Amino acid sequence: METTVEKKYTAKDFTSDQEVRWCPGCDDYVILRTMQKILPEMGVAREDVVFVSGIGCSSRFPYYLDTYGIHSIHGRAPGIASGIKLANPNLSVWIATGDGDAMAIGGNHFIHVLRRNIDLNIILFNNEIYGLTKGQFSPTSLIGQKTKSSPYGNTQPPFSPGELALGAQARFFARVGGGSPKEMGQIFIEAQQFKGTSLIEILQNCVIFNDGCFNHLTDKDVKEDKQIYLEHGKPMIFGKNRDKGLVLKGLKLEVVTIGENGVTQEDLLVHNAKEQDPTLHYMLVRMEYPLATGVIRSFSDVTLEEREDDLTAQVKANSSFTKTDDLFFSGETYEVK
Amino acid sequence: MGATTIKPQPEKLEAVVIRFVGDSGDGMQLTGTQFTDTSAMFGNDIATFPNYPAEIRAPQGSLYGVSGYQVHIGSVEVSTPGDAVDLLVAMNPAALKTNLYALKPGHTLIVDIDSFNKKNLEKAEYTSNPLEDGSLDNYRVIEVDMTSLTKEALKDVAGLDTKSISRSKNMFSLGMIYWMYNRSTEYTIDFFNKKFKSKPHIVEANTKVLMAGYYFAETLELIPNSYTISPAKMPSGTYRIIMGNTATAWGFLAAAEKSGLELFLGSYPITPATDILHELVKHKHFGVKAFQAEDEIAGITSAIGAAFAGDLAITTTSGPGLALKGEAIGLAIMTELPLVIVDVQRGGPSTGLPTKTEQSDLLQAMYGRNGESPLIVIAASTPANCFNFAYEAARLALEHMTPVILLTDGYIANGSAPWKIQTVAEMPEIKSNRITEVKEDWHPYDRDEKTLARNWAVPGTPGLEHRIGGLEKDAVTGNISYDPKNHEQMTQIRAEKIERVKFNIPDLETEFANEGDLLVIGWGGTYGSLHSAVKQMNELGHKNIGYAHFNYINPMPKNTEEVLSKFKKILVCELNSGQFASLLKIKYSKFDFYQFNKVQGLPFANEDLIEKFKSLV
Repeated sequence: METTVEKKYTAKDFTSDQEVRWCPGCDDYVILRTMQKILPEMGVAREDVVFVSGIGCSSRFPYYLDTYGIHSIHGRAPGIASGIKLANPNLSVWIATGDGDAMAIGGNHFIHVLRRNIDLNIILFNNEIYGLTKGQFSPTSLIGQKTKSSPYGNTQPPFSPGELALGAQARFFARVGGGSPKEMGQIFIEAQQFKGTSLIEILQNCVIFNDGCFNHLTDKDVKEDKQIYLEHGKPMIFGKNRDKGLVLKGLKLEVVTIGENGVTQEDLLVHNAKEQDPTLHYMLVRMEYPLATGVIRSFSDVTLEEREDDLTAQVKANSSFTKTDDLFFSGETYEVK
Repeated sequence: MGATTIKPQPEKLEAVVIRFVGDSGDGMQLTGTQFTDTSAMFGNDIATFPNYPAEIRAPQGSLYGVSGYQVHIGSVEVSTPGDAVDLLVAMNPAALKTNLYALKPGHTLIVDIDSFNKKNLEKAEYTSNPLEDGSLDNYRVIEVDMTSLTKEALKDVAGLDTKSISRSKNMFSLGMIYWMYNRSTEYTIDFFNKKFKSKPHIVEANTKVLMAGYYFAETLELIPNSYTISPAKMPSGTYRIIMGNTATAWGFLAAAEKSGLELFLGSYPITPATDILHELVKHKHFGVKAFQAEDEIAGITSAIGAAFAGDLAITTTSGPGLALKGEAIGLAIMTELPLVIVDVQRGGPSTGLPTKTEQSDLLQAMYGRNGESPLIVIAASTPANCFNFAYEAARLALEHMTPVILLTDGYIANGSAPWKIQTVAEMPEIKSNRITEVKEDWHPYDRDEKTLARNWAVPGTPGLEHRIGGLEKDAVTGNISYDPKNHEQMTQIRAEKIERVKFNIPDLETEFANEGDLLVIGWGGTYGSLHSAVKQMNELGHKNIGYAHFNYINPMPKNTEEVLSKFKKILVCELNSGQFASLLKIKYSKFDFYQFNKVQGLPFANEDLIEKFKSLV
């Protein structure tokens, strides 16, 4: 439960004195700038913000933000962030991670942090490649993808982060292109407001080792036709001409065109991100055309801290112990004279 | 219903070692703890050790399903659970077969003859019945048809099934032992009343069987006399019997209260450390945050997160888990955060001997990380002082801003002994390095001049926002630095910081002699065995043998060299192949070190130690 503050910040207040060292043209710059710009709008005191990361290009993120931060070890940010949040639930705790950090070396922590639903926000920089180790395939690289460690093509089938996350009971999942700061900023705010673990997958272009891998989905001229930006309570509509939409046909989602075959806007599905049943969210996450972006799932559930707090309060109310001495002298003791 | 009959004058004994052995389901742990607690109330000094199989429910009657509990009680100082046994209570053939080796020749064996049937003898791989073939002629065997007598005693108690009836026979044996050692049955009857408050027929059944055993022993001509062990001379105060792992958990509770910090435990279950987790999860009333993580790594990383956020953070594990935590310990060293890692050592390598004891993680604790990564290593030496060393580990972590590894082992962690209760007010002060005020030109790695501990600014503090991490830090600003000279300087600072801890720990003391022919050295959980063996040598007239026990391993006490120099020979005894000896050889290379090592998953045997000592004087 972060305390809201009146204090006015600007992006500069959240910018550290460290020189940013990503490759020129990297989407990470967009993500960083968006975060610095949006943090002042979140209503959280600067001293209450903590960024945690593991290892990888994305994991340099905390150094560039003038908040509290810890750049830890490969794959382990979820454990560290969980400890921070449980130690002090008043903090707004963010994890910056990549596809390898979260889903390869840190895969176990990734699924368990989602399962527990601690109030944390995870930004997953997915570039479908290992950048910092210079170009090996990652758990989201495509089959056949040629990389430094798969010169004849990758043979390992990829994870879809959203699919994995929903399987691990993620209550909040959003997806956004790395070149869409406006939507990204909005999603950051929603993630911050959401009580529970929020996962944001950013399709982040790596200009050096996997340049252009999302171009067919994220380029300005195709974006509106290839992506559907979902908003809770609004019809699932997309396309440059806003004439395409989604309907459910049997157990499959289908793209329809408004005005064709008698289809009207009323026939389209209306997005319900808050639905507990993840079935439709799962279909949206798996959908290849159009690619679902925006907040796909945002189901409010009890957080781990809330469960723990309730239990602690109950135990305290029923216990006669207030100091450790009470415990030490309780039960079977005896005197030696 | 207490026992008040008049008895023949009991024979006085200084100490006695009793071992209860039976099937996993026979309730030997309960029998043992009841005898222990009753004797503690009586004022005896005590040391106990449970010995149970790794299997949770091993097949009945099998050799590997035998569960045991050994208790050593004395009117004199008792510092180990004892080697050889004065009285063995064996509930079935498998228990007899696996434990007879420990019984002193000529001493008493009590068996339940009802269990010595063909099936059980076969399961125990006996080709002939040991009760009949003369193989027990060297012992005083007391044959009791315990199962039948238990059934007989319970024939009038309504509402009992066959299983509950046969399960009560352990109380028959306990009743017998209470009579033999002149103990009151009162404590145990009270225990029944509390434990089975809602099941009066169970209270009645257990009480009946206990008393049946008691009166059986009294009237049995096979037991010629009873014994008594007078209360031991112990410092006055309020005591309780405590298990090592519980004492460790309580030490952290005390340190949290004293330092005014909240206690955070991140842990993953592992034998024999899990009881610390079991204990700490109970204490939500003190605000303890005990987090069972998905694995060993998340156990420690969550603790590192909690330490960053300002809690007293600990993680508990055993050898294999310590190996998994290695990289994260390096992070805690690099970020200079206060953290306690408890390693309850067991036999290794790999899965090794999970339920056995060993001291073979010492060098892992010292060096089991990448890069030069020094930290504080301390070791508890008795079940009761696990309390003090857990407290001490927390104190040193907070005062020096470093991870501390606390080594205990399966032997002291599962063993129990009287603990003179210490109040929090009696414990030493803990001065943490927390800062809350913003100073001009502040940096996260600003250090205390004396200790070199960096200051501890935690999230939520306005104006002290900063970033730390696993990359090398600039010595002044704390920012990332790849500068070669800076790296060397930081490496030296991290080493020097740990070295200076020696000014904040007590000097090494010697027992029995401050100078002389032989200095016996031990560390950690072997204190009881070594102390009593050296004491015995002393009583045999060898007044030139001294004993020095190390609880502080890294750094070692500052007077170590001086202590070593006072003796002609130095013998280092440890339950590994010579790990502590190797540390001493590196640090104090001008001395010669003899070694006595044992790597069997078992504690030292007294006679082996005596023999070794004699060979050197």
